[in-house]
Amino acid sequence: MAAPKDLTKATVLFAGDSGDGMQLTGGQFTQTTALSGNDLNTFPDFPAEIRAPAGTVPGVSGFKIHFGSAKVYTAGDQVDTLVAMNAAALSSQMDQLKKGGMIIANSNGMDARNLRLAGLQEDRDLLGEAEKRGFEVVSVEITRLTKEALKDSALSNKDKDRAKNMFTLGLVYWLYDRELERTERFLEDRFADREDIQAANLKALRAGHHYGETTELFRNRFSVPPADLPPGRYRNIKGNQALSIGLIAAAHKSGLDLFYSGYPITPASDILHEMAGSKAHGVQAFQAEDEIAAITSAIGAAFGGSLAVTASSGPGIALKTEALGLAVMLELPLVVINVQRGGPSTGLPTKTEQSDLGQALFGRNGEAPLPVLSCASPKDAFDVGFEACKMALEHMTPVMILSDGYIANGSEPWKFPSTSELPDIQPPLHRADDGEYVPYKRDEKGVRKWAVPGTRGAEHRIGGLEKQAETGHVSYDSENHQQMVRERKEKVERIAQGYSRQEVSCGSREGGLLVISWGSTYGAVRTAVERMHKNGISVGQYHLRHLHPLPSDLGDLIERYDQWLVPELNEGQLLQLIRSTYLVDAEGLNKVQGVPFTHGEVEEAIERMIDKRE
Amino acid sequence: MKDEQPYTSKEFATDQEVRWCPGCGDYGILKQVRDLMPELGLEREKTVFISGIGCSSRFPYYMNTYGLHSIHGRATSLATGLKMTRSDLSVWIITGDGDGMSIGGNHLIHLLRRNPNVNILLFNNEIYGLTKGQFSPTSEQGKHTRSSPWGTVDHPFNLSALALGADASFFARTVDRESKHLRETLRQAHEHKGASLVEIYQNCNVFNDGTFSAFTDKAHKQQNVLHLEEGAPLSFGDPENPSVLTWKNGAVGTVERETSDPESHWIHDPYDRAKAHALSRLSDDLAYPRPFGVLYKEDRAVYEELLAEQERGIAPKRTEEDLDALISGDAYWQVGQ
Repeated sequence: MAAPKDLTKATVLFAGDSGDGMQLTGGQFTQTTALSGNDLNTFPDFPAEIRAPAGTVPGVSGFKIHFGSAKVYTAGDQVDTLVAMNAAALSSQMDQLKKGGMIIANSNGMDARNLRLAGLQEDRDLLGEAEKRGFEVVSVEITRLTKEALKDSALSNKDKDRAKNMFTLGLVYWLYDRELERTERFLEDRFADREDIQAANLKALRAGHHYGETTELFRNRFSVPPADLPPGRYRNIKGNQALSIGLIAAAHKSGLDLFYSGYPITPASDILHEMAGSKAHGVQAFQAEDEIAAITSAIGAAFGGSLAVTASSGPGIALKTEALGLAVMLELPLVVINVQRGGPSTGLPTKTEQSDLGQALFGRNGEAPLPVLSCASPKDAFDVGFEACKMALEHMTPVMILSDGYIANGSEPWKFPSTSELPDIQPPLHRADDGEYVPYKRDEKGVRKWAVPGTRGAEHRIGGLEKQAETGHVSYDSENHQQMVRERKEKVERIAQGYSRQEVSCGSREGGLLVISWGSTYGAVRTAVERMHKNGISVGQYHLRHLHPLPSDLGDLIERYDQWLVPELNEGQLLQLIRSTYLVDAEGLNKVQGVPFTHGEVEEAIERMIDKRE
Repeated sequence: MKDEQPYTSKEFATDQEVRWCPGCGDYGILKQVRDLMPELGLEREKTVFISGIGCSSRFPYYMNTYGLHSIHGRATSLATGLKMTRSDLSVWIITGDGDGMSIGGNHLIHLLRRNPNVNILLFNNEIYGLTKGQFSPTSEQGKHTRSSPWGTVDHPFNLSALALGADASFFARTVDRESKHLRETLRQAHEHKGASLVEIYQNCNVFNDGTFSAFTDKAHKQQNVLHLEEGAPLSFGDPENPSVLTWKNGAVGTVERETSDPESHWIHDPYDRAKAHALSRLSDDLAYPRPFGVLYKEDRAVYEELLAEQERGIAPKRTEEDLDALISGDAYWQVGQ
């Protein structure tokens, strides 16, 4: 076979039953791809059920990776190569393939039984149909070949069968000209105490690779050269992981201990897992009895002088709402993370959405403003986590971070900073020798001092009742209430004075259409705007990180354009805010399907708006 | 310690006007707590009172320590977070029957099973006072209130049984009117290492006046009150010739002290779980008195100490290099120079 064909970008989707180990396979392919120097973005898509009935469509688990030698901002619109382990995976994912795309199918997973489980007629010829649709079908008896490769192993048939994902990975490694080494090391480590399983997996991995090499199944073999990334040290990172490390870094920089409390909820639980494993870094993690206890224990810890953080997803945030109001009233530092998922109610636990913006901004009783920040991508979650902690501590306020399922589980390479590059965090602590302590006396930023128990002479009482200005004594005085509402609001609004100047992320710097993105739509919008701008269209992207308080110069930036488009994975929550704040006739692009935008969808919306103008 | 001098009771009072109804049982409790603080050698700056919502929950405003008047039912979980991170503090939770057993019931039982070293003072007045007279989770069945005009059909909680069911490591009962008993009970609660739950029968003279008179009126209390004293026989009734409880094969009975064999008397052992369960249910049978004092205590590992112990087994990674290593992970690569 000829030398591998160079590609700028490629998108591979691993799809199989949720018991087939597709997430692990995708994760390994990602690590190897990252270490090969590609830029990348991943999107795991799995069912809410741990083990939905095997072989069925609801049980399909997918892992998509988009990688390239050029900048990659999304997990890819259309798939170049679909790896399908069974009929359910193939039938449900085939539409994601681009025209002429490749299918690597486990033909042992396409038999009558699997077709029946997938809800299809038992005599369907899925592979034949795929060929008729113009896809390149590579049919491999993955299940049988794996068993054959392991025929000398003493493992049970079931365990042998479970190694078929490694055979598949080996085959895809061969197709994309990748080394096996990183995965070999991973398997050696993972199964260090189960030599038989370790040996079987290694053997299956190598067998898959050899199979690609010795059979002439593939018309082409591909190579994606390293991306031209700015110099520096890189690692691949998932959103929840980046966020967790950002919190730990902030605790380090502030000199405080980190108290983290949470209640298990998808897709935020990985933050709890990260935190529970970080005792050595000074993290006290607490799995509370419910969401309310998670936030109130954090408030208790904040009163005691810790950097306190809690995370959840929409339904859990709803339960935390009353306590969030208490934190606003007490003016204690607290970081609350919402890893958004499809709602309302239990909604779509494993799917992504941005529909909790309104909840974050307005979902409390009374006038209870607090800063709201959003993460744009997995790596951005580190910066946002760090900034939110700094903001909470230095401004004595609860801060909410909006992440989402796509960011939480997705990954990308991250040019990470060293600790010394991170700014210091200086909480306004009151010390025993600072003189008289007046609990709600404010500095020039409107921030009160933080006296923690143990500080002699600063004993004081605070609570959820309205407080007299400065002294903090209970007060029902009407003028005082008005004053305190304003003081709390102004304190939060002043935070915007610390933002840097707002600029577009890419595209036209003025005139034409401005696309305003927030949260995880960053990548799809960026890809769309860059492509269209390159084609001479006057379009720019502004990405909004600070959803409250809004940047004070955003109005000027918005005025530089003639049209405004706000794409969101909700029914227009930021759109309302932009329209009412800036009095511009912005339009929305809205989708609530549990999946991110494709850049194609954003491009179409841009085209539609431009056509309308002309 | 303040200038090497212990604080006085007066120094534990704030300048805030106490705003309970005249005649409220809360006044007596406040006085006993203020008096007790210096006796226990507590320092104002190292003491925290945390409350939820309700009449009793105004308590922290009247104690010159650190204080937090939180939201309904959550004092227990705020205190858990505080104690986990600040084991050096003496933490006192002030709650009521509605706050602690209704809206905050979940946090209460979870605190008890975890067993942090805190004191919970649950003021039980069997009514919602601050919201003006609705039945509470301890109101007796059939009680007529503004929210139960035909009498409540709700079966009430028995706090002692609830606490034992949640594996509380200390449960005691006392009453606002018996100041000495109240103070001694609180002292024992403080001395117990672990979560101490003290149920304080507290008279709401506005919405539920006299609900505990059977245990406070001179005419009845001898017959209705069973004083629990470690190592003493459980006796009640006429002091000249009291009845004494017996415990035989798990069955409770009574004998007359004067005519019975002392060997048959039930000697109170607060560490005996089976007997504590029996005591918690004793007055379900109206023929028996209600126990006051420490029903149960046990030496059980304290939550924050278990956490500290786990931490001691883990090598700390708190330096800048450690954080750099966490940020970089073990699979990073270099691009360019």
